[in-house]
Amino acid sequence: MYVAVKGGERAIDNAHELLAQKRRGDPAVPELTLEQISEQLALACDRVMAEGSLYDRELAALAIKQARGDLVEAIFLVRAYRTTLPRFGASEPVDTGAMEIRRRISAAFKDLPGGQVLGPTFDYTHRLLDTKLGEVSQTPSSHPSSVIDRESERSSNLGVSNRTENEVFTGCPAFAGHDESMSTAAAMPRVTDILGDDGLIEPCPPGDPDAPVGDLTRAPLTFPAGRDLRLQNLARGDEGFLLALGYSTQRGYGRTHPFAGEIRMGEVEVEFMADEVGFAVPLGSIAVTECQMINQFRGSATEPPQFTRGYGLAFGHSERKAMAMALVDRALRAGELGEERKGPAQDEEFVLSHSDNVQATGFVEHLKLPHYVDFQSELVLIRRMRAEIAAGDEARQEAAE
Amino acid sequence: MNASAYNFAYLDEQTKRMIRRAILKAIAIPGYQVPFASREMPMPYGWGTGGVQVTASILGPDDVLKVIDQGSDDTTNAVSIRKFFAKTAGVRTTTHTPEASIIQTRHRIPETPLTEDQVLVFQVPIPEPLRFLEPRETETRRMHALADYGLMHVKLYEDIARHGHIATTYAYPVKVDGRYVMDPSPTPKFDNPKMDDCAALQLFGAGREKRIYAIPPHTKVVSLDFEDHPFEPSRTPKTCGLCGADDTYLDEVVTDDKGGRLFVCSDSDYCEQRRGAEKTA
Repeated sequence: MYVAVKGGERAIDNAHELLAQKRRGDPAVPELTLEQISEQLALACDRVMAEGSLYDRELAALAIKQARGDLVEAIFLVRAYRTTLPRFGASEPVDTGAMEIRRRISAAFKDLPGGQVLGPTFDYTHRLLDTKLGEVSQTPSSHPSSVIDRESERSSNLGVSNRTENEVFTGCPAFAGHDESMSTAAAMPRVTDILGDDGLIEPCPPGDPDAPVGDLTRAPLTFPAGRDLRLQNLARGDEGFLLALGYSTQRGYGRTHPFAGEIRMGEVEVEFMADEVGFAVPLGSIAVTECQMINQFRGSATEPPQFTRGYGLAFGHSERKAMAMALVDRALRAGELGEERKGPAQDEEFVLSHSDNVQATGFVEHLKLPHYVDFQSELVLIRRMRAEIAAGDEARQEAAE
Repeated sequence: MNASAYNFAYLDEQTKRMIRRAILKAIAIPGYQVPFASREMPMPYGWGTGGVQVTASILGPDDVLKVIDQGSDDTTNAVSIRKFFAKTAGVRTTTHTPEASIIQTRHRIPETPLTEDQVLVFQVPIPEPLRFLEPRETETRRMHALADYGLMHVKLYEDIARHGHIATTYAYPVKVDGRYVMDPSPTPKFDNPKMDDCAALQLFGAGREKRIYAIPPHTKVVSLDFEDHPFEPSRTPKTCGLCGADDTYLDEVVTDDKGGRLFVCSDSDYCEQRRGAEKTA
């Protein structure tokens, strides 16, 4: 029963026990380990880290296990833990130009310095169920280090790049040491920087290094929000929500003529300015996916036309999220760029107020909570109104007779 | 799951018949978007599911298939789709334009003129040319029914007023057979003149948006313009760095981060044929 007048406490205890049993499933089936989740459901972990706003693979795996695979619930668990952590400060801005590249593609140029690196992508797989995956191989392969020839996955149609290097994919946990033999910083310039050298794209708005970095987890969001808060909001925002909004701009509700200028995924170093020692101290590296969209022009009588930017960044390998974020970021710049706001994706208050899936799921699902008192007052009102109409009908009938 | 679990060219015969009926209707009403019951395909929407369904429905065992993306046979998605049909239909594939009986394309029309014996299948993301002027389908269908295309001309005029040019460089709208305004798919407007009086049948498939449309052979296709701002096909005013062509559509390749650029034919087969001809000459 949903709730008894008395005995609610025992019902809740029993429900939790049942949940624990259901989470475990058939005890004859071996229990999942956190390593299995983190290694084999890696993209689920990435999403939980991104929307949970906490870069910790092990905690993400734990949350996914505890949430029985419900990712929004797992994100909630991670958020609820994150909020208890002290905040020491903000890291130095990460330099995605110096990323250890695992994947890098541009849809705007056929080839470019560093080439197109497909990396581990579903993009060109045919979606045919592979029944072989249903059988667990008895002999584990020489895991964990499988060497992959990076040159073989690189599409460089004109041989612009002739570097060869091997990367050992160790699937490392968050900050563990990582056997990297490559250094790509100089060889992989960002596409937006290449266009920027010719002045074809608007410059990145210069940040004020002394300005405090906004944090919507520490201060309530007010409108209009600065771009720092907007990007933070979108980076934490629900992938599905941003995906649908980004899609809506492609279908005419606030169109921005986007090109995927570049998508890059790999490890970047995080540094923290330690005042005690007087220089930035490296904390470790994190995997991120960055998307820079190139969109149609702005310009005026005095300024020559330039492409405009939309920016997306997410923890881990979260390409759909980063791309959707870049579309929505650009759509939200409508006011700043003097465009008419015609679609929901261009409405900052609408987007930023509804992007958070922990907030959204809470408020939608709270409708399951008891509302007897409010409902009772509605019952009183609707009964009175119906009685009044019935009385009116009677009165009219009497008058007619 | 192996390929033999599926019918020839993946789709079942009933689905193919349904799609062929839509194609016949589309040919009968040039430029008109025919709704069809688009299927889920084993590649994502946006990768060419519409084109793949059209190709699968018209493909026979004797056909020779060419697939291009951005003009080139070796682009990742072209390779993927060509492999898909090689696997599910076992048809012969080619990269050589004159050899192909069916050419599926994304974003280009080959430089080599097409013939009566060929069908060009376009992958279309947004079939509705009026979509970015009016997002609602109910409205745009009414506008097509009434041939109410004033809004499109206003848009082109506003471009000229604002930028001094029509700022549409790809997916440039055309009028087909004097009646329907049609989106040529995001081909650069350089390719628009090739659609006019083309000897080959041109079929357009939009999977996600569930529309098929067509240009029958030798149909009049006019790019929208104004008397004082006539339509101009545009290309980078350079020559190909590989074959020296000065009349083809060119890709810009970034060779370094010091501003270095190389321009090459986007139609890789055409470029190779020209280089081959030079060697033998």
